[in-house]
Amino acid sequence: MNATNHSVVVTGIGATTPLGGDSASTWQGLVAGRSGAALLEEEWAADLPVRIAARAAVDPSEVIPRPQARRLDRSAQFALIAAREAWADAGFTARAGEDASVNPDRLGAVVASGIGGVTTLLDQYDVLREKGVRRVSPHTVPMLMPNGPSANVGLEVNARAGVHTPVSACASGSEAVGYAIEMIRTGRADIVVAGGTEAAIHPLPIVAFGNMMAMSKNNENPQGASRPFDVDRNGFVLGEGAGVIVLESAEHARRRGARVYAEAVGQGISADSHDIVQPEPSGNGIAHALQHLAANTDLDPAEVMHINAHATSTPQGDLAELKALRKVFGDDVDHMSISATKSMTGHLLGGAGGVETVATVLALHNRTAPPTINIDNLDPEVDGDIVRDAARELPAEGRIAALNNSFGFGGHNVVLAFRTV
Amino acid sequence: MAATQEEIVSGLAEIVNEIAGIPAEDVQLEKSFTDDLDVDSLSMVEVVVAAEERFGVKIPDDDVKNLKTVGDATDYILKHQS
Repeated sequence: MNATNHSVVVTGIGATTPLGGDSASTWQGLVAGRSGAALLEEEWAADLPVRIAARAAVDPSEVIPRPQARRLDRSAQFALIAAREAWADAGFTARAGEDASVNPDRLGAVVASGIGGVTTLLDQYDVLREKGVRRVSPHTVPMLMPNGPSANVGLEVNARAGVHTPVSACASGSEAVGYAIEMIRTGRADIVVAGGTEAAIHPLPIVAFGNMMAMSKNNENPQGASRPFDVDRNGFVLGEGAGVIVLESAEHARRRGARVYAEAVGQGISADSHDIVQPEPSGNGIAHALQHLAANTDLDPAEVMHINAHATSTPQGDLAELKALRKVFGDDVDHMSISATKSMTGHLLGGAGGVETVATVLALHNRTAPPTINIDNLDPEVDGDIVRDAARELPAEGRIAALNNSFGFGGHNVVLAFRTV
Repeated sequence: MAATQEEIVSGLAEIVNEIAGIPAEDVQLEKSFTDDLDVDSLSMVEVVVAAEERFGVKIPDDDVKNLKTVGDATDYILKHQS
């Protein structure tokens, strides 16, 4: 294997999100412009300043049997559900090796989470204090470690080429997909199961994000709280779930006659080095990632018809992203249909890049851009063609491309490019 | 009041069912926790803690490695229960 520039394609898709328990129902929810957010009814939420979240539409306990679920953090449960769907969707009938079309030594897994098993950590600390040393679960460490979801997905499919977990806060899921693309492009693997997951709906993360003034406190209108690009946006809504895809070298996919959703063109990466949490307001950091994407791939900006924006519904971040697009793509921005799907799913933190990669690939596959909901009054500073209110058809003919943008606390910027085949 | 051998086996069966999802009727004296009942080393710790609570025994970590079968655990509990 001496070639080091293999083309990479997407051959499988899976998701479990606030809009649905699989990728098909999630896509239906996105195209229909449905919000997955709701008021938190739990007793612990009653006195919190933020009482909104976007819970997974299907609780993982309905899918994973209890003996297995009790040794998996909720974030790993979501990852496993999405990975199983993607694996089967790619046409595999068993684990690598047992399904002879996949060599385990050439199979990787890269599934990221922003925070890892935070609910396990906090719940087991409660057990320690309330019930004592003996009652702390012996599964606590493998459940709370941030590489747990990736390792469990790797075990599930029998991945031996490498199992990795890039952690970059809300860019984690996209960084995982980008890492996986590079594993295949450089010849380390033929197939990589990649994506992001998160399960952080718990009082501590909600209070902590709330105290940063990062979350919307619009408790009177949970479904209208996530409103990217609206003039009254005031923070994100926390979501949970996972999105996972199967990436494969084009050659390997061709050889086994796999269905191909899209080509994974490549990634662009940069760091703001500006502030630990605030985005660089001029968009220069994000622009640097877009320039890296352009230099790193043969992407033609004239073909980019759709952007799945990071747009979390914070005052500064949403605009910095648009400034960066204009800086790098100039007039080409005018033909890009820009969607902020977090208006519907909420912000899945490390899961966002996974779920939004699924949304971006399905947008290309179906040649449809999902809407951005809740824009009652478009921010006059918005410079770009935001898909508002209803889904929009993308050009029916010719090769088109789409980007998935993800940025994280710490100044991490990741841009992924996909295009039709 | 001390539990009988039969009560201990049925109690262990419930515990193993809860932790490993193995049908309670499969949990019998000659069965090995690891080889027959899908109880790995971490889950064995859970089984031991649950058994300690249920039967009022103390099973030190050093003794756990000798409890290979349901029969081993049953005998241990019979002998040590208060």
